[in-house]
Parts: sequence; structure tokens; C-alpha cells
Amino acid sequence: MKRRLPRRSIPVVLLILYVALLIAWAYTARGEGGEPRYFAVKNARIVPVSGPLIENGTVVIANGLIQAVGTNVAIPPEAWVIDGAGLTVYPGLIDAGTNIGLAQDDDGKKPGRTSGAAGPEDRPATTPWRVAADELKTDDKRIESWRNAGFTTALMVPEGGIFPGQATLIDLGGERPGDYVVRPRASVPVSFKPVGGFFGFPDSLMGTIAYVRQVLDDTAWYTQAEPIYQANPTKTERVRYDRTEYVLSRALQNNEIVLLPANNSIQIVRAIRLADEWKVRAVLYGGQQGYEVAAALAASKIPVLVNLKWPERAKDGDPDAEQNLRELRFRDRAPGTPAALAKGDVKFALYSGGLDGPKDIFKNLKRATDAGLSSDAALRAMTLDAADILGLSDRLGSIAPGKIANLVVTDGDIFNEKTKVKHVFVDGRWFEIHEEATPEKPGEKKPEADDAAESRQAQGVEGVGR
Amino acid sequence: MKRATLCAAALLFAACVPVATRAQNPGTVFIQNATVLTVTHGDIEHGSILIRDGKIALVGADLKAPEGAAIIDATGQYVMPGIIDCHSHIAVDGSVNEAGPAVSSMANIADVLNPDDINIYRDLAGGVTTANILHGSANPIGGQTIVIKLRWGKPASELPFQGALPGIKFALGENPKHSNFEPPPGVQPRYPATRLGVEEVIRQAFIEAREYKKQWDDYNQRKAAGERNLIPPRRDVRLDPLVEVMEGKRYVHAHCYRADEILMLIRVANEFGFKVRTFQHVLEGYKIADEIAATGAGGSTFSDWWAYKMEAFDAIPYNAALMADRGVIVSVNSDDAQEARQLNQEAAKSMKNGGLSANDALKLITLNPAIQLGIDARAGSIDVGKDADLAIYNHDPLSVYAVVQKTLIDGQVYFDRQRDIAGRATLAAEKQALLDKEKKAAEAKKAEENPEKKPEPKPDKKKKPPQDGGGAVASGVAGGAL
Repeated sequence: MKRRLPRRSIPVVLLILYVALLIAWAYTARGEGGEPRYFAVKNARIVPVSGPLIENGTVVIANGLIQAVGTNVAIPPEAWVIDGAGLTVYPGLIDAGTNIGLAQDDDGKKPGRTSGAAGPEDRPATTPWRVAADELKTDDKRIESWRNAGFTTALMVPEGGIFPGQATLIDLGGERPGDYVVRPRASVPVSFKPVGGFFGFPDSLMGTIAYVRQVLDDTAWYTQAEPIYQANPTKTERVRYDRTEYVLSRALQNNEIVLLPANNSIQIVRAIRLADEWKVRAVLYGGQQGYEVAAALAASKIPVLVNLKWPERAKDGDPDAEQNLRELRFRDRAPGTPAALAKGDVKFALYSGGLDGPKDIFKNLKRATDAGLSSDAALRAMTLDAADILGLSDRLGSIAPGKIANLVVTDGDIFNEKTKVKHVFVDGRWFEIHEEATPEKPGEKKPEADDAAESRQAQGVEGVGR
Repeated sequence: MKRATLCAAALLFAACVPVATRAQNPGTVFIQNATVLTVTHGDIEHGSILIRDGKIALVGADLKAPEGAAIIDATGQYVMPGIIDCHSHIAVDGSVNEAGPAVSSMANIADVLNPDDINIYRDLAGGVTTANILHGSANPIGGQTIVIKLRWGKPASELPFQGALPGIKFALGENPKHSNFEPPPGVQPRYPATRLGVEEVIRQAFIEAREYKKQWDDYNQRKAAGERNLIPPRRDVRLDPLVEVMEGKRYVHAHCYRADEILMLIRVANEFGFKVRTFQHVLEGYKIADEIAATGAGGSTFSDWWAYKMEAFDAIPYNAALMADRGVIVSVNSDDAQEARQLNQEAAKSMKNGGLSANDALKLITLNPAIQLGIDARAGSIDVGKDADLAIYNHDPLSVYAVVQKTLIDGQVYFDRQRDIAGRATLAAEKQALLDKEKKAAEAKKAEENPEKKPEPKPDKKKKPPQDGGGAVASGVAGGAL
């Protein structure tokens, strides 16, 4: 039965309504980008990577950037504060090569029956104008899965073809796809995988290398010819427009990184030579037999992205097939590569390659640390060195004022399998980590993304003004 | 004494002695008491070879080992120049054919040398020290080629035979016209499909190369004259090597079989002003030996393969001897990693088939291929000043009983039969250990992936109500408990 409110309670009701409206507005505003922009993690163990360990320190995040870090840091009054007692703060991990966030299609990956190309002029499997940023799928469940494990940043590398497109460095969180993008054109990946098929060019490794050489020559020519034509249009024949040359010319003039494939020692030595011949700012990817040629790599000063998907015996191979000793050695020693590179003063980062999920990443990383890579070096490879190799160490890879606020807060050593990630900050956005109800398996559907507002509500965060 | 103490202190006692002797006279090797088959100036019984810094310093019967030289005692053994295989496809990473375009001269074997190819070592064990690594024969004009020394264990950058001119592979006949296979359904056959087409493709390519060279010459001239705002011609990685051919900076090694196509290529080469350096296979070379000899081209052939395809039906095992008889520089090649291990026997066959002398037979795999590859100032015979690339056999190398004991390149032992035999057990043990380790890891992984399998019975079984006899027993127990 309804009962009329007494007159004197009307102001109270109005007040309650007002407050309710305020709260509703606050929530709506948050959903539209009005989320908190100030955070502080206090009393925490802080591993800045760029400097010595800080016990009982505080990190202050303001508007997406790290504002301050240290033991004697003022917490701004508007900050949401996390008590970091018993917690450790690391810079967000960087996966230096993955296809998360990219649509998984077979387009161009498998060599067709024929590429249909008669020669380099037909530009087989060449689409350097594709930029991964433009194809980012923020609903890829793996983004959350990576983030929950402590990754805040990833180099998203397009696949399929000799020049598949340009890789994008993304942060693993944001409201809209554009928020994720740290550098849209972060590198030009190259593959030496023949694509020709039957009668199509190129159908051999040497043909593919020759093709890349021709494309780079053409690009250099375009870079030289185009301005001459523009300055003398009445005296010079017009320069033919070629999309590949146009795009690569700009990329290389911007000193964009060229990612060259090189996994075994022969490929590495070859890639060093090609990088020198081609005069590009090269970074090698693969690198798994780097333990054999660390000295050559160090001398070349070319950094390496090491694929954490260590070589394994072919799963469906003939079990009775004679095993090649060199392959056996490679499979045994590949996880020793990061340690060998660290020892040999080769700058390197690590990437997940084709690994299914963070669980496998850390499992395989453990094989590297078991093989002699110190956790300090591992952390560096996955943070500051990765940022450095990608030319973004001014804004990523360590906990220092001015850097992008990409942080992982854990309850222990980040590489210990028992450690749990408690909070992740991506571009100063706070993500609380829920433990997954079921153990994660490759291909299995992961739990839905947190409702950010709800999770924040549920957290023991000392929200200012509450 | 002092040195010995030092070594002991460094716990390197075992290594101390050989290191010390080598250090006194580094790079000096003395092969003694062998039958030396010089190829150029006869055989020397009880002869010796002194090697300094990778070069042959002295050859003779009355040499004494200098103090400190590393001694190789070859008593009762035969030393011959390292074998040169003028047609090989070993040490290549990936396909040896860029078979898409009919002119694949942009592809370069030098880009894909694979120093890890076990065939390098196996061919060393057959006395081979130098090989001409060729692109395959899928195209009228194939890829760029390179001469390497089989320096097993060295990186790719140290394999090339320094100073040897690079080459390019041409191919005539059935292979480039794709006679012996069909494209899969839906794929168009490639041009050319006839010998006429093969000729046309080669001519067309050189017409383009000539035009390309002219563009560059014009550009360079105008630029030198001070003209400004010139746009240079595009560099064409396909035509560059053809220009080098016309400029005599790159050898043509042409795969061929039939006399008519060989004459065709000679005419085309004359038209564009280049020379064919070697005709490879050249199985009908005996029919036109005079014409080949007149161009100065070499013939690099098989000993006794024939009739394995239509264009090989007129091949005869006398080809090498007959061509040599008419003044062609002839070599016998392997075209095969396995065959390369017995090139000594392949050469010996021409003594029976054609009556070559023992020395002329040896030339087929030493001096003659060296001449064909333009490296005869450095290799191909045992002469003072040449590279110390040598093969040491236990018997006369032209005997079927001959087995290589040691192979040297630049005076360094790259293959040693005794060392190989001694090392086999170690390698086998290493391999077994790695296999065991891998097996163990795989088992551990399996156990980790299915840990619940053993202890826990399947949950649905628990829920199942007892239905049959077995169940009755179970329910009986339960009933008892109740």
C-alpha cells in the first residue's frame, strides 16, 4: 500500500534524488572518459628498471603519465590510492612481437598455387601500406588475457606476405581503438618466406631476398626521383606512381625500423650482412640460435627480438625419423639464447610469436631463466630494452616521471609462477585483475572483460571523497 | 721448463705440447714421404710438400721438414690437388631454383650460402676442396652462381673462393621448357615451351640488358657533363648480372644437352658479344667439340650417365675423352652431393672410356675445372705458390680402393678420417643424451598436462545409480553402512 510522504520530508527526498543524480552523472561521465586520472600506489616495492629498487615507495599517476616516483612523494588529494603494502610495482611488460589485436585470417599466409607474379615488378605479397593500427580489433579477448598477465604494450605485427604491412605499437587498453595506439607505424616487417607457388615469383629464398633488394632499390630510386620531378615538372618525365615505393619511401625516410627475419645462426649472419648492404635501420626477429653468433650480433650493433616460442620437435612427425644432431642441439640450446645475448652485450627484447597465451609465455621465459638469464635481464628485455629497441624509451619501459603510466602491481616476483597480478595500469587507466575461474587453455573462451566501473566499486580502493 | 710450469698452472697440460710446437712456426705444415701427384709436372715418389701460410711453398723429393712445422706423415699415401667440382648444388639454403620467372638472374646463390650443410663435410671426405655452386636449370637464364671452398665450420662469408669471378646459370632444352612435368590443373604452363622459345627468352633478356646498359651509360655521361636535375635509371637486379656478362665480369655456365642448342647459344653469345665460359653436362659435346673448342668454352660433363631423358639419349661415356681430344678443356662434375664424394672414380672412368692417361684423367677434376672457373693460378695442381688445397688418399686416387685420409684447404686440415672415426662415438653419445633429455621433458610435460588423470575417478561414475551386478555389490556395501 502506498503512503504519501509527509511534507517535511520533501527536502530530504530532493536531496537524496540530487545525490542519486550526481552519482548517476558520475558514472555516465566515467563511461564517456570522465574516469579517474589520478592514482597513487603507496608503501610498495617499486622496480623502476631504469634505476635502483625502491622499498616502501610511492608511484603517482596523473593523466596517463607517471608524475612522481620515490619514497618521499606527495600524493595529490584527487588521487585514488592503492595501499601497496606487500605489493611490487613493475613497468608494464612489452611483448615485442605478436598478432594479438589483429584479425586472424589466412590471407597470404599460405603460399597459393601461384602468386601470379612474373617478377619483382608485379609486387607479389607486398602490402606495406597496411598499418596494423587501422585493423586493430579491441574485442580480441587476448588483449585482456595479455594485460591480466602484466603486459601493457605489444608490437602488433601484420602477417602474410613479404611486406605484409607496418607494425603498430599498442598499449593494451583504452576506450576506443585510437587510444591503444602508441606508434602506428612502428616498423616495417619483412618476411623471406617464398610466396610464389607454382610458376609464381618468388618461389625460393634467394628469389625472395632478391625481391626485397629490388623493392628497396626501387624505393631509394623513388625517394631520389620524385623531388627532382616535382621541382622540374616541365623538363622531366613524370615519375610513375607506385604504392609500395610511395609508402616505403616515407617509412624509410622516417627512419622506421625494418624487421628482418633471422632465426638460426646462418639466417642471423645473413641478415646482418643484408642490413649492412641495404642500409636500413634493422632489427632482427626470431633470433633463437643467437647463442651461436652473439659476438657477430654484438659487433653489428643490431638488436634482436627473440621469439619465445622455442623450437620443438614436430608434433605430427614420424616418431621413428632419424633426428638430426644439429636440430637436437638447437632445440636444446635455444632457450639459452637470451642469456647468451645478455652476456654478449647484444640488445634484445622478447616476443610471444605464436604462443597461445601468457601462461606459455612465462613458461617459456622460465626456460630462458633456467638457462642462465637473470630475472633482472629478463625484466629489462621485456621493458626498457624493448622500448629502447623500438625507439620509445623516452616514454615507455620504466617507472620514471614523464613516462607513460604503464604499470603492473603484483604480490611478488613477476616471474614467479605463483605470483598474482593485482592491478594493471595502462596509460594511467586502472584495471583490476580478477582471478580467472577456470584455468586458461588455448582456444578456450575467456571470461568476459571486467565492467570497469563495477570492478572499481568492488575494489578496496580508498577513493577520495568516499 | 718455465713454460711447462705455466701450462700446468693453467690446467692446460694436455694442450700444452701441441700449442707450443705450433706456436714456434705457425702456419707451417709439412707433408712427407707421399706419392705426390702434381698434375702439372709429373708424380713424385717419396715426395714432400711444404706449406706456409696456406700456400704451397716447396714441392720435391728431397725436402726436410723445417723446425716446428706440423708434420703429416703420408708414407705410402698419395697426395693430389684438392678436387674441384664444377657443378654442385650443395650448401644452398632453400630451393636451388627460382623457378617462377623464365629469367631469374636476380636470384643469387651468394645470398643463400649455407655453411652448415652436411654435404660440405661429406664432399670434403671425398677430397673435394672447391665447388662451383650453381642455380638450378629451371630457367633459360637462371640465378647468379659462386665458387666456394669447402671450409667446413666457417661462416658463409668465409666460403667464397676469393678472387674467383661470379657466374650465372643458363639452361637449355627440356628443363627450362618444362618438358618433363605438367603444371597442376588451373595453372598455365610457362613460356617457353620449345627450344625456339628458350632462345627467344635469352635473346630478349640480352636486348633488354643492352638497352639498360645504354640508359646507364647515357645517364653517367650526361651527369659527368654536368647536367643537373637528372633522374637516374632504375637499378634492375635482374639485368645487372646480364650487363656484367656482356662486360666479361661474370661467367656463363650453361646447362645443355643437344648439339643444336649448344650451337644456338654460341650464336646468341656472339650476337651479344659475350662468351660462354662452360657448357655444363654438354652430353652431345663430342659431336661439336671443334665448335666448342673454337669459342674457348670449357665442357663440364658427366662420366657415364645417359638415356635418363629424351635429350640424353645420344650421350656416350666417351664424351669427356673425345672433347678433350679435340682441344676442349674438359672437366667431370657431380651435379649431386653424393656423387661428389667419388669424383676421383668418375674421372678414372675416362681412362677406360676413351683411353685418357692417368694424369689427364686427374685433370678432369683438378686443373681443368680450375681453368674453367678461372682459378687455375690458385688451384688445380700442386705447384709452388698455389693454395695448399690437397687431398690425401691411402691408394692411388684413380683406384676404386682409394679412400681419402685427409683433406686440406689453405693448408688447414678440414677433414681427417682418423679424427672423424674417433669422434663418432662422442657425437653418438651426445645425440643419445639429447634424445633422452627430450623424451624425458616430453613425458614430464604430458604428466603436467594431465595430472588429475590417475588419482581422481570420473565424476559421472560417482553419480551413476547402481544398475547391474557390480552396482548391487556397491549398493550392498552402502546399505550396510546405512
